[in-house]
Amino acid sequence: MSAGVLQAKLWYAQRISAMVLGICVAIHLLIIFYAIRGGLSAQEILGRTQGNVLFAIFYEVFVLACFVHAPIGLANILQETFPKTEIARPLSWILALMILILGTTAVVGVYTGGQI
Amino acid sequence: MSNTDLKVRVWRGSQEGEFVEYLVPRNPNQTVLDVVTYIQRKLDPTLSYRFACRVGMCGSCAMTVNGVARWTCRTHVSQILQGDSLEIAPLNNLPVIKDLATDMREFFNKWKGAVGFFKGNQTRHDDFAKIEPNSEERQLANAGIECIGCGVCYASCEVLEARPNYLGPAALNRAWTLTNDVRDVQQLERMRAVAGDAGCHACHSQGSCTERCPKAIEPTASIAGLKKLVARAAVRGSKWGKL
Repeated sequence: MSAGVLQAKLWYAQRISAMVLGICVAIHLLIIFYAIRGGLSAQEILGRTQGNVLFAIFYEVFVLACFVHAPIGLANILQETFPKTEIARPLSWILALMILILGTTAVVGVYTGGQI
Repeated sequence: MSNTDLKVRVWRGSQEGEFVEYLVPRNPNQTVLDVVTYIQRKLDPTLSYRFACRVGMCGSCAMTVNGVARWTCRTHVSQILQGDSLEIAPLNNLPVIKDLATDMREFFNKWKGAVGFFKGNQTRHDDFAKIEPNSEERQLANAGIECIGCGVCYASCEVLEARPNYLGPAALNRAWTLTNDVRDVQQLERMRAVAGDAGCHACHSQGSCTERCPKAIEPTASIAGLKKLVARAAVRGSKWGKL
């Protein structure tokens, strides 16, 4: 794949993941408003999320959209800010893997309630 | 110095240099180009600058006036005067040859790099191409076709400051008008040329080019058109083939 085609595909991926993120963030905010009505406790949160497949699927989609979106943006920023270095790609990959691993761990955590 | 004199700070030198202050009499309906011409003819004949038509047709007199790239021939002093001072510098993002004259080669080479030139496959023996004036392509081409290559958008582009190899708004705008020219036969080559780190996807849509264009062209919109077209061609293909 040429650099131009890769860049075009990355741009497309970032655009589509931004659309997904837009919806996810809106739902996430609504859930926050709903969830904090009666105070906020770990027990209450886990009571809602534990064993709830819909919750788990929604937040995993959220994690995947971040996994695609954020590293592409970071790579562009690094490329422009430090054009003479080669740090853009490795740092973006590290961020991508961290988002995927930590995000998925968190989703599994609230789904199982820390049982595994 | 009379009360009506303008204090004009003008860039002297090349890449390295300094601002030198001149006092220029204030006249009604005076343009910035009149001011520069006065300095060269009456105060310092060694001042170098570029102009030709004086009426906003040729695009050669663009300079940075009070920090903003403009055509000096179509900018009245009264429109931009801050107190009694003017600051006149060469265009940004281009190497300075001397004083207010920049080296435009890179700017025009990028037009070529973006395949910003027409190539058809008809000869004089063929009939005229019939393009419906209201067709979508013709309308899209019309929107950007009046560019005269003055370099104001190029000098105003923040992306170019960070990525000197970026093709820039003028070249990409030209590429977009040609993309919408149904007679042109280099569409795939053009899409390949404008894809990539130095191409349309490097644009942040900050819109300085559109804000500053003296012809009211919207290179930001042209670049957005290219972004969509090229990305679709890379993922799903286009009517001219896949990238």
